[in-house]
This record gives sequence, structure tokens and C-alpha cells, in this order.
Amino acid sequence: MAKLPVDIPELVKQFGPTLNRVPAGGWVASEEEDKMVKTHCCFCGQQCGIQLRVRNNKVVGWEPWEDFPFNLGKLCPKGVKRYMQDEHPDRLKHPLQRVPGKGFEPIGWDAALSRVVSEIQRIQQTYGNDSFAVLTGASLTNEKAYLMGKFARVALRTANVDYNGRLCMVSAGAASKKVFGIDRSANPWSDIPKAKVILVAGANIAECAPITTDYLWQARENGGKLIILDPRMTPIARNADLFIPVRSGGDIGVFNGMLHIMIERGWIDRDFIAQHTIDFELVAKAVKKYTPEYSARIAGVPPEMIVRAAEMWGPAPTSFLLHARGIEHHSKGVDNCIAAINLVIASGRIGREGCGYAMITGQGNGQGAREQGQKCDQLPGTRDISNPEHRKYIAGVWGVPEESLPAKGLSAVPLVEAIHEGKIKGLISICFNPTVSLPDANYVRAALEKLEFYVNIEFFLSETARYADIVLAGSLMEEDEGTTTNVEGRVIHHRKVVSPPGEAREDWTIICEIAKRLGQGDKFNYASPRDIFEELRIASKDGVSDYYGITWERIDESNGIFWPCPEIGHPGTPRLYEGGKFGHPDGKAHFIPIEWRPSAEMPDEEYPIILTTGRVVSHFLSGTQTRRIGGLLDQYPQPLCEMHPRLAEKLGVDDGDFVKVESRRGNVVVRAQVVKTIRPDTVFIPYHWPLDRSANNLTIRAIDPVSNIPEFKICAVRVSRTEQPTDAIAQLETEAGGIR
Amino acid sequence: MSERAFYIDYSRCIGCQSCVQACAECDTHRGVSLIHLETIQRRESVQTAPQVCMQCEDPICARVCPADAIKKTADGVVQSSLKPRCIGCSNCVLSCPFGVPKYQVEIDQMMKCDMCYDRTSVDKKPMCATVCPSQALTFATAEEIQRTRRGVAINRWKFGNEEVTTKVFVIVPREVERVNVELVQISPTPSALAPDPYDVALMLESVE
Repeated sequence: MAKLPVDIPELVKQFGPTLNRVPAGGWVASEEEDKMVKTHCCFCGQQCGIQLRVRNNKVVGWEPWEDFPFNLGKLCPKGVKRYMQDEHPDRLKHPLQRVPGKGFEPIGWDAALSRVVSEIQRIQQTYGNDSFAVLTGASLTNEKAYLMGKFARVALRTANVDYNGRLCMVSAGAASKKVFGIDRSANPWSDIPKAKVILVAGANIAECAPITTDYLWQARENGGKLIILDPRMTPIARNADLFIPVRSGGDIGVFNGMLHIMIERGWIDRDFIAQHTIDFELVAKAVKKYTPEYSARIAGVPPEMIVRAAEMWGPAPTSFLLHARGIEHHSKGVDNCIAAINLVIASGRIGREGCGYAMITGQGNGQGAREQGQKCDQLPGTRDISNPEHRKYIAGVWGVPEESLPAKGLSAVPLVEAIHEGKIKGLISICFNPTVSLPDANYVRAALEKLEFYVNIEFFLSETARYADIVLAGSLMEEDEGTTTNVEGRVIHHRKVVSPPGEAREDWTIICEIAKRLGQGDKFNYASPRDIFEELRIASKDGVSDYYGITWERIDESNGIFWPCPEIGHPGTPRLYEGGKFGHPDGKAHFIPIEWRPSAEMPDEEYPIILTTGRVVSHFLSGTQTRRIGGLLDQYPQPLCEMHPRLAEKLGVDDGDFVKVESRRGNVVVRAQVVKTIRPDTVFIPYHWPLDRSANNLTIRAIDPVSNIPEFKICAVRVSRTEQPTDAIAQLETEAGGIR
Repeated sequence: MSERAFYIDYSRCIGCQSCVQACAECDTHRGVSLIHLETIQRRESVQTAPQVCMQCEDPICARVCPADAIKKTADGVVQSSLKPRCIGCSNCVLSCPFGVPKYQVEIDQMMKCDMCYDRTSVDKKPMCATVCPSQALTFATAEEIQRTRRGVAINRWKFGNEEVTTKVFVIVPREVERVNVELVQISPTPSALAPDPYDVALMLESVE
């Protein structure tokens, strides 16, 4: 019975979010630390190096790590303030059980785990193995991601395991796999400053991947040109050579339109296309009708902008494409990415210095966490769960019969729909806050209430954990050890900095203990995360993402190693596709023709405005961590609805007014921010806040047919001026979902 | 003090506030940031500008201080006010052409950016210039700047008739030799404004 035990203000009183503003032990002279530990930021996919300062087993501060090659000491505000999540008053320090009418009360580990195991067994015996699902996250280390996939398939034998990378990297990954045969950024970041033209499509780099900014500016110092596609003039767009304020969902117009011109003017590499690709003629045929005028109508921009983009990109000697959620969060997200990548392979500019392509991974381990087998369709080593050979190999590594491995299960959104429909009755989740991060949040909350049993592993009581029957106190990144794989494909080492506080435990030990109590202890008999990594090396061997040659020692010696790394003596592979050799069995890149189609919900008379959602620099994803850090919350305390003065005037809204934003699925009341830096047909709301401030109350539960990514970047809304709400939720602090 | 100097390139700034957050981490000012990050006019554009102390050769803040509380080190760094001398009059706050010194009510004292003297005096970079993701704030040698930046570094300013030379450089287009700051009308009439380069609606005017 996964219902809220008491009302939300009472839960907030007990578990926050509240703000931490002072380091553990207060502000004292910085020389006194016991040790300084070189590790990485826990937040985005860039995984910047940072040193954490420790005193009395407490993280009390930090120092830049200027020798780490990716960021050279640079940090965004999230990295700077990240240590304030340690020694936080909201930190969960022991397991909790839901007590209706009271909230959550402490419970011993043995009792908590016994309850979890008996509920798993009851539900699976009553309704079948697949009725118990696993939802995980892409901020988990490679070791934990590997463990969660194995736990689902071996200990629970459920098909239904998926992860929140489903909201992040799957469109980019699927497109890369289809075109190149490998799902990874093709180049190390050191290639970016060497490119003479850079196309950034749907990536608010300044706010969502801030460290990448310097790489772009270095390219410009070297004479490189910058083209930005975004419905909003973001901070990097302000200084771009060409800013194309594309209508959300219209990107294919720009990409196909550019390729049309490139073919017409001979700005394609015919030799490269002939030698290293297939099916170019299908694409050439498809883009024939994408004249500048036709393309411009799709993109919602003047045709001259598309012509200018082709003139910059087409004849350039070197080039680099970067894309992110702006083109990926669509019901045609995979197609958007393929259309963009077609521009790269048509130019032949890939696989050499200053020439290439990258997707900007969002979550901490957005790259690695999708390789180790916690996706509903994958086994470790980016293996395919539907491929008999792949199943056989992994079954061998795990010491289980191949036929015992479940088939492909449901991805995140259909999985939540199956909960809503009563087909899935039990859930274990870790590192995932779907009541804030999934689209159509009212539906998600209603689904969770239908679970017969829900156990959540967390370090703070997230808005989703409030629905749990049992909450198991897990670990922060700095309280455990393991590896992640950064945005470049570089495998790096997160060192253990401090121990989990109180009775909280390292996540991996919790999972192994549950597996043991389910009678599978011999398959989860690890002494440390390093043991798990050693098994992961073997499980990934000869797979696409081959980690076999990577050891923790080698990572430490080299500041990270890029996969594939098939042998101990292998140096790793910073740049893929050198010599035009691609990842498909035929060694070629595969052109795929793309036809534009409308988004799932286009604006109409009733809901005439496009809503697009995204992030701000001081918050991370669903805000479970960053809405608890004073400095970060102060920087952007509550969501604002950005709108152009022309739209604001039409609506009778002034800057700072309260506005009600409504879609067919729900509404939010937020303050308006009137700015000239957004298309007049579009409003933007960042999604890091919960409840009545959640942009995902509005978004649509439409998914891409291939990647199953939700369409966060476009739905239809109407906006009207309203009064300041005064209900109980509105009166909460803004970090908890209130409004000021 | 090393031969490295502090450089600001306003065109690189993305307004992320890493500098502000990192400055506030310093144990000597405990959660209070001494760097200013100005959002110029958010309605009009996303432009932002970081402002550290420019470390004037002849610091006006020190000249106007009636208590002689503001001192410059031998290597040219202007320090926060000396606690025993500062009378909290805010002359320095009013006189600084860059708007840098802050009067801290809680401690009744002026504090300002001293380029992280605790770090730079032991050959570390100032904290803001270390973390700055865009490297709008940079601590580097003149040679490094010449090699890696298109613009030119200058440190001469003219405010009305007052000429100021600073220890901190700003990076500007190649043809600029001195930054001349003239009095401007704060709210010009719309007709006096140049076409707005940051208005997305104007970019899309030809679109149906």
C-alpha cells in the first residue's frame, strides 16, 4: 500500500528538503584537514576531478584538482557546493518503515530486509516474477549499475528492470548505434578546440555542461565558428557566429535542409561516402524536397539561416557536432539525432583530429550506466538481451542457465504504466525520483499509490521515496568506491572519501544482502566494489563496450582510460572510427533517411503555446540533492516561466506576475520571467521542483518508438495571469515545492 | 607572487556563478562572496559580467579612506580594510569606479576581493579563476594569454577625466587600447537604441 503515510507538509517537516549552508564543523581554517581525496563530482556526465577535504571522517570542504585533464580544476557551482550534501540534517541514517498516520519510523536492518524479502517472495509467488520491477539510475557507478542488472535477472528473475537514463541518453545512444554501430561519443573533448566549425544542437552547454564552455571558446579563439540550435538564446548562443532559434521539434528541418544544400553545392565527401558508408543515395533522395523554404517552414526560422548554416558547415576543413537533450527528448528523438549525424558522415569529417561528433551525456554515469546491463533490453558489455549468443555468454559469466535469464522487459515509462494498470505489483528503486523526473507527474503519483509494496534505497527522502513502504538508507557517491565513464567514454575512479553515517550502508552491500536472503548469495558474493569490477571486466569482454583491459590501477595511473580497451596492455581508445572504420560488422557507417513528422501534441486553439522544459545551472535533475544546498537554491530558488515580451503582452502578464500554466494533463503556478531571449511561440519552465511546481505536471507521456525517451521538449499549454496561491503546498519553502 | 596576472574576458562569461559560489567558500570570509556577478539586463539578454577587484595602481579606495585602513602590498594587491582602523564610513564603497568594495554590516567593516592573497602569495591561482568554467576569469602569464586569446589584454581605463591603471587586465578586441567609460543616459528612448541583436522575435520576423 504505497500511499503517503501523512500529509506532505508533515513529511517535509520530518525529512526536508531543508537547506545546508555551513560545512561540517563550521567555517574553520582550511589547513587542518586529515586528508585530501582526489575523486570526481557526483553530478553531471562530465565527471570533473575534485579533491574533497576530510576531517574526522567528515567532508568539510574541497580543493580544485588542477591536474585532472578533463576540467583542469574548473568546476560549476554544483561541483563547488556539492560537499554540502555531506553531514546534511536531512540525511537518512537508518532504515525507515512507513507508519500510516505517523510518517516514517526507524526500523532495524534485519527487520527491514526481512520485510523486503518476504514481500518480494509473496508478490512474485502470487503474480509471477515479472510483477516485481526494478528502477535504477544513471548516477550509479559502473559497479552498481552492473549489480542492479544482475540482481534483477539473477536474484529476482524479473524482465522488468530499467533506469532513468531512459529519460536522458537513449535517443542519442540508439542513433549512434544505428549509424555507427557503437553507442559512445566518438571523440575526446580535446578534439573540440581543433574544429573550425562546431554545430551545437539542443544543448544548453553553459548551464548543463558548463565545463564544456571553455572547449567551445578555445575553438573560437583558434578561429572556429559556432552554430547553435535552440529555441532560447542560451549563454553560449549569445556569442555564437550563427544562432538558429529553431522551433522545438523542428530540428530535422535544419539538418535535412543543410544536407540538401551541401549536396547541391558539392560540399560532401564523395570518396569517404563511397568507401566508408552505405545507403547515402537513400538520404540524398529523402532530402531532395528539403529546399531552404520547405525546411524553414518545418524549423520555424527564416530560410537564410539554414543556408548560412550549410555555408559554414559544408566546406569547413574540420568540424565537430555536439547534441544533447534538446533534440533527443522527442517522440522522434532518435530520428533527430540521425538527421544531425548524417551531416557528419556526409562531410567525411570524423575519426581524425578536430573532426568528430559527441553526445553530451547528462547524468553522472550516463555513459557507463547504460553499458553494464541495467536497461530492460541490455546485458553487460552493451550486449543485447534478445541475442542468443549474448545471453549464453553472460549466463556463463553469472553461472546460471541461459534459459533462466528473463527476456526483454518494459522500459521506464511503460513500466510505470504497467504499475498504473495493476500488472506490476511490487517495486524496488534506487537513484531515481520519477514523481519529479517522469512526464505526466500526476499519473506517476497515481501509479505509485497502486503498488502493493515499494522499497526505495535512498540517502535523502526524495519526493518518490515518500511513497515507499520501506526506505533503506544507502550511500552518497563519496561514501562508496567505484568507477564511472564520463561524457568522453573515459573510465574514471571515484574514491571512497568517508563512511556512510549512522547505520546507513553502501548501496552494493544492501543489494547483495537482499540477493543472499533470496537464496542467491553465491552469485553475489563480493568482498568489495573492486570484486564487482573484476567480474564486470569479464562480462564486458569482447562486447562493444569492452572494459577487459581496464583495471583500477591503470585508471589511477592514466587519469582514466577510454573504452574499448580489450587487453591489459591496450592504451584505450580516446578517438573512435579512425581510418573510417566503423562499429558495424561491415565496418561502414550506415546512412538512414529521415523524414520530419509532427510532435505528439502540437499547439492548437485550446492550448496555443509550446512548452519546453530543461535545466538551470545551479540544480541537478530532480533536485533531490541540489534543493538541499543553500547556495544552489539561493541562485535559482523556484521555477520561473520564461516568455517573450510579445507573448507576455498578449497575455497581460508582467515580469514577476504569477501565472497558471495548464496542459491537458495538469497545471503549475509559477512566476513569469519576461525575456527577449526566447521564441514568442514558446514558454520554458525548468523541471527540478516537485508537486505544484513540477513542470512535469504538464509534459506528455509520449515516447520515441525506438528509444522510448519521453517527449519532454514539446507539449501544448495555455498560460494565464493568476493570484499568488496560498494553499498548504504553496506555503512550503521553495525547495519543497512552495512559491514566493 | 608569480609572474602570472589576472585577466577578465567578459565575452566568455556564461553567468553560472561558479566564481560567486567558490569565493564564498573562503575561510576568511566564511560564506560571503566578495566577487560581483552582474546580470546586465536579463529582459534584454543573457549577458553577465564578473567583477573582481581590479587592483588599481593608485587605489582610489585607499586615497579616500579617512582612517588609512586600506593598504596595498609590495606586490601591488589592495587588501580589505584593516579591522582596527576601519570606521565603516563607506567612502571606499562610494568612490571605487568598479563598484568593488562591500561594507559588511554584520562586522562593521569593508571587505573586498584581494585576489585570494592566501593563495596567490603561495603561487596558487585565485579560487574564482581556478574554477571558472568559461575561463572568463583567468590567472595566467602574458605569454599564455597572447598564445591562446584572439583579443588583446589592456589595463588602462578612463572614467570621465579620471585615468586609472590596474593590475588586473581585461581582454578586448584588438583595436582597443583603453576602456573609456562615458556617462550614459540610463534609460534611453527606444528610438535612440540600435536594433536589438538579442531579441529572438526580431530574428524570426520574416517567418509566418
